[in-house]
Amino acid sequence: MAVATDASRFHAVPMAPPDPILGVSEAFRADTSDLKLNLGVGAYRTEDLQPYVLNVVKKAEKLMLEKGENKEYLPIEGLAAFNKATAELLLGADNPVIKEGRIATVQGLSGTGSLRLAAAFIQRYLPGVKVLISSPTWGNHKNILNDAGVPWSEYRYFDPKTVGLDFDGMLADMKDAPNGSIILLHGCAHNPTGIDPTTEQWDIIADVIQEKEHIAFFDVAYQGFASGSLDEDANSVRRFAARGMELFVAQSYSKNLGLYAERIGATNVITTSPELALRIKSQLKRLARPMYSNPPVHGARIVANVVGDPALFDEWRAEMQLMAGRIKQVRQKLYDELVAKDKSGKDWSFILKQIGMFSFTGLSQSQSENMTNKWHVYMTKDGRISLAGLSSAKCGYLADAIIDSYYNVQ
Amino acid sequence: MWLQEGKPYVLKVVREAEQRLIRDGSRNKEYLSITGIPAFNKLSAKLILGEDSPAIHEKRVCTAQCLSGTGSLRVGAEFLAKHYPQKVIYIPTPTWGNHPKVFTLGGLQVKSYRYYDPKTRGLDYEGLLDDLRAAPSDAVVLLHACAHNPTGVDPTREQWEGIRQIIRSKNMLPFFDSAYQGFASGSLDEDAHAVRLFAADGGECLIAQSYAKNMGLYGERVGALSIVCASESVATRVDSQLKLVIRPMYSNPPIHGAAIVATVLGDRGLYQEWTVELKAMADRIIRMRHLLYEALRARGTPGNWEHIIKQIGMFTFTGLTKEQVNFMTKEYHVYMTSDGRISMAGLSSRTVPHLANAIHAAVTKRV
Repeated sequence: MAVATDASRFHAVPMAPPDPILGVSEAFRADTSDLKLNLGVGAYRTEDLQPYVLNVVKKAEKLMLEKGENKEYLPIEGLAAFNKATAELLLGADNPVIKEGRIATVQGLSGTGSLRLAAAFIQRYLPGVKVLISSPTWGNHKNILNDAGVPWSEYRYFDPKTVGLDFDGMLADMKDAPNGSIILLHGCAHNPTGIDPTTEQWDIIADVIQEKEHIAFFDVAYQGFASGSLDEDANSVRRFAARGMELFVAQSYSKNLGLYAERIGATNVITTSPELALRIKSQLKRLARPMYSNPPVHGARIVANVVGDPALFDEWRAEMQLMAGRIKQVRQKLYDELVAKDKSGKDWSFILKQIGMFSFTGLSQSQSENMTNKWHVYMTKDGRISLAGLSSAKCGYLADAIIDSYYNVQ
Repeated sequence: MWLQEGKPYVLKVVREAEQRLIRDGSRNKEYLSITGIPAFNKLSAKLILGEDSPAIHEKRVCTAQCLSGTGSLRVGAEFLAKHYPQKVIYIPTPTWGNHPKVFTLGGLQVKSYRYYDPKTRGLDYEGLLDDLRAAPSDAVVLLHACAHNPTGVDPTREQWEGIRQIIRSKNMLPFFDSAYQGFASGSLDEDAHAVRLFAADGGECLIAQSYAKNMGLYGERVGALSIVCASESVATRVDSQLKLVIRPMYSNPPIHGAAIVATVLGDRGLYQEWTVELKAMADRIIRMRHLLYEALRARGTPGNWEHIIKQIGMFTFTGLTKEQVNFMTKEYHVYMTSDGRISMAGLSSRTVPHLANAIHAAVTKRV
């Protein structure tokens, strides 16, 4: 009994546009020009513009192969050794929060999966509560909250006039929000702007959050990658935790351990008692089970092996400093090239002030399109470039492209 | 004796594939695309639909690498909740414990159809057909492709054809959960029969595949969601929409397990070795079934125990009551789920006699 081939139940399904970030790499791959440069997705490249698998990761994988580990299901909450390691990395092993057992940690599918699990928890246990996200923020934040059914609104963040933080706007919007809202903050190396609050500003943000009885929700995707130091980059989270605040924290090991495709991260909830932490953990598990049952083991084992071995851990710190160092170097080089080539006297120093993988160039959408169409420089339409994909050798070319796009395109 | 879940072991072909991957210096850990490894997807679609599948040749199948069976079901559910007009799915009674929540949280309404007949310990075929007839047209229908979990009761080929006719005549949308291909009968093609029967009639369906059991890749979370569509143009559009479901859930899938599968499926030698290992695993379970059946007959245990050898796959729905199960746990240290389900994979020829003694005692003591 055949069925007519034009009778599709999905005939009305529209073609979805390509992902604004991941789609850039697809377009880059299709470009045949020798000059092409991929500054789209935040994936670290060496000076030779090659993907980089950390030496400690290779060592850990060899160790795992030798041990002949099995492939049993992990428990729903993930690998215990990983969960312990990730909480300690975030807060410091001696942190009272950990000693008092006031943290619920569940292994998640990198940053995205960890954010989504936390959002699902918020939807179920804090129904109707709004999450405030920065304007701008990582593009996928909105999609995650939408699909989780969590309402959101924006707080001012980026000031195009100063190419810096609109601190007054940020505080005003947090004060305006109803008490008990959730504030999504980037732990360090804000994506896409690269603009982070200073320590003093973090303290004021924490004051406002406490006054308004908001809950801080940290997205920590670049710990160790921003400054090169794991502890320094965790400063914001640790200062908030030290005040006894309840926090959501999503972590990712995509960048700092180069484990992008292994999808390894964690959802953490810091709360007021160990008993509450246990209850929260049990509910996070109930949300993870109907999503993917239990998380993938490979990436978790790699992290546990690296962090669990003092020699590997030290080697990791060194590799991370190298990666963060290379990015700081290209920032400087790009700045030098822009200053040398742009005779108008425009202040490009924001490039040096920004932190992390990305630079918010201030280019408009049409200017960003010019970067791609004329110069084969692939970036996101919001003007963000990933310095992780830039080599010293290409800084001159990029400077030419930016200057042309900035001055000659409206 | 632990009969709730068999202890997984790592297949030889998996170890070998893994060695190759880790030694390959040209590989890296860059993000996969949102729908995963293209070679993995192609090979997975071929595995379930068959080499010569017209649907594949006509490019009417879109496939996304997902997180094992659960992840594939959840992505499929969320896609249907967004794009399919009839947001209700019918699931068999009983079914895998996680099914209802996967679909509910995915945005579908969940309803049931009769499946297991405790009187015969077999399929309530007439009840199944009646319930599907009474269901609204266009409803989604969850079907276990083979080795029904938890009962081990599968429709016969004739019954599958009857089910197909009702589903197609009511324009219902089949959603297959294929978690045991190759593991049930020992034959990959045999275990794909039901899926291929439906795909052959030109109609649409969803298929969630898992490599947890048949490749022993449990903790690596490898699976695939395939949607067989009426045309290539629809398949392309559906594929683009699957990406919109996946991106806010976990962005892109984990590489390790899928790379292992792609290596095994893509290498003639490894593939052959796999089919041999798979048949051995399936045969072992079938042997355990026969051993247990013979052991109960030898003890003269009252009742008809033929269902043990008629049921298929990892699990047997023994028909034992909750009280009998409790008794067996207390007195014989046999651990199993309270619905009377035992995992045959957890048995060995050494332990079968003990289990038979426990069942015999539970049944004869009128617990």
